[in-house]
Amino acid sequence: MPIEKFNTIESTCVPLPVENIDTDQIIPARYLKATSREGFGNNLFRDWRYENDDPNKPKKDFVLNNPKYKGNILVAGKNFGCGSSREHAVWAIYDYGFRVVVSSFFADIFKNNALNIGLLPVQVSETFLAKIFSEVEKDVNCKLKIDLEKQEIQILSTGDKEKFEINNFKKMCLLKGYDDIDYLLSIQNKIENFEKHRKDAYFMV
Amino acid sequence: MKGKTLFDKIWDAHVVEHIENGPDVLYIDRQLLHEVTSPVAFLGIEKRGINVFRPKQSIATVDHNIPTINQHLPIKDLLSRSQVDKLAENCNRHGITLYGLNHPYQGVVHIIGPELGLTQPGMTIVCGDSHTATHGAFGCVAFGIGTSEIEMVLASQCIMQPKPKKMKINIDGNLTMGVTAKDIILYIISKISASGGTGYFIEYTGSAITSLSMEGRMTVCNMSIECGSRGGIIAPDETTFAYIKNRQYAPKNDKWEKAIEYWKTLKSDVDAVFDKELSFNASDIEPMITYGTNPGMGMEINGIIPEYNNPTYLKALEYMGFKPGQKLIGHPIDYVFVGSCTNGRIEDLRLFAQIVKGKKKADNVTAWIVPGSKQVEKQAIEEGIDKILKEAGFELRQPGCSACLAMNDDKIPAGKLSVSTSNRNFEGRQGPGARTILASPLTAAAAAITGKITDPRMFL
Repeated sequence: MPIEKFNTIESTCVPLPVENIDTDQIIPARYLKATSREGFGNNLFRDWRYENDDPNKPKKDFVLNNPKYKGNILVAGKNFGCGSSREHAVWAIYDYGFRVVVSSFFADIFKNNALNIGLLPVQVSETFLAKIFSEVEKDVNCKLKIDLEKQEIQILSTGDKEKFEINNFKKMCLLKGYDDIDYLLSIQNKIENFEKHRKDAYFMV
Repeated sequence: MKGKTLFDKIWDAHVVEHIENGPDVLYIDRQLLHEVTSPVAFLGIEKRGINVFRPKQSIATVDHNIPTINQHLPIKDLLSRSQVDKLAENCNRHGITLYGLNHPYQGVVHIIGPELGLTQPGMTIVCGDSHTATHGAFGCVAFGIGTSEIEMVLASQCIMQPKPKKMKINIDGNLTMGVTAKDIILYIISKISASGGTGYFIEYTGSAITSLSMEGRMTVCNMSIECGSRGGIIAPDETTFAYIKNRQYAPKNDKWEKAIEYWKTLKSDVDAVFDKELSFNASDIEPMITYGTNPGMGMEINGIIPEYNNPTYLKALEYMGFKPGQKLIGHPIDYVFVGSCTNGRIEDLRLFAQIVKGKKKADNVTAWIVPGSKQVEKQAIEEGIDKILKEAGFELRQPGCSACLAMNDDKIPAGKLSVSTSNRNFEGRQGPGARTILASPLTAAAAAITGKITDPRMFL
């Protein structure tokens, strides 16, 4: 489906300074039984969020249950999104209300999945990540600004800035709200031509 | 010009279009589908009002979300049942072959691909599951994708991917007694960490790799994703060809001859350039276990949990109930799980049976032995493995992913410690609050018999 256009975001953030957060933590397998894309946000970080899997018993020390922290930017430790390829993980983060995840390192499949639905993964240096965590610790209202056009993230209270990488094609898709399938459908002739002229396709009967 | 790696040769042969400063449009030869990650992709193409572009190049089965007992009865969990029914409906509507529940070819998607000869050298293979890396054992480029990408393949038989970097991991030498393919990969991940392979595609080389059976090679490639790598690949050789020959989907007659001729060209050139190269000695590898909550937290079975002062590391140990400096040998366990796309093949069941034969399951252990497919189940029964298990106090369940991800009822209870032949020891992976130690089928068997972490070599 077409993705929401992304340009700049200015928001407070939710800090989760844990490394190697895998997609089973983001959304446990037992919550993958739906056949549509809606509603996964309710189960985001399900087992870190609730005692005994009971939504009436929020774990007080978990950041999503602390009303002080809000905003549509999630900031997490390195190797975020490792493990399973379940796209439900990015659906859950997006459905909960996040539009950006900041980390010092992302797992590959997670990063692709995020970009494909319009959730922006912003990879920063370890130093910059540590700076964000320490600023948020000082002041929960500290805001981050993410400018996709300039490929730049800024901590507004301190003015600290850093550039981030994104490939041009994906950047254009996010800025304009295009998705890959529109593009692939537009080059169908080229794909058919490729099929006709392959030399190694003996096994395709 | 510098030579090409095996990975380059296959990838480059599948590039339909290269987008400057962007991804490649990569042609996909085969897509494998299962019930959990596909429904939203089918929904997507239907919303766009388009048909599946190449329905014959996708094959589906059910595995993640099905019970592993009483498969002849309707699935009790209504959500699971509706997901399984949805896959049947989607496959039927779009003309895709489905090996559903009770079909003799049903099984864990990465077990049935190779078993049916769907997996062949030189191909590009994708599936909405990160352990698609398994198929790389046959010298093909295989990797897991998300649901949006499944939709792309349904719509166009292509996906858009930036080309990964290439890493070579060479392992020479002989494995010592009691050391299996599972120990090799757990050893590698413990050395390079759970993120050491991110951004790379790994080619495994060396005599310790080429001397493995196809099933062992699959175990190694399967867990490539556990160090962050999208996939692993092993150059095809006579072992590969012998495995594929005469399988249902294997090329036949003169097509076979042509295939072999092409497959023999699939190897890295001697002057191929890798972005990173690592080398290990097979003789240094001992039976391995994990002690933490990611597969990189592994050590030799008689080892001591290392000490690091990192909050994430300490949080992981706290979850596991272990302490830095602790030994795990002799530590009591509660559950044993044998199965999954990592270790649910016939050779894995044979290894397990070899140790438990003539002995009795420990009273404190609950064990689930889950074959990877209907064909593995059939073979195990033909070989009498089911009887060996029964006499030792175990039972063979029915094929599925089971307690590897605990999506069905096969959940390890909170706080219980499981020795598992699966691939992930993440918090709650085998059930909320469950604690997982990853190990080989031999180590799992030794633990099942003694009720504690035990060096399997004492039974060999």
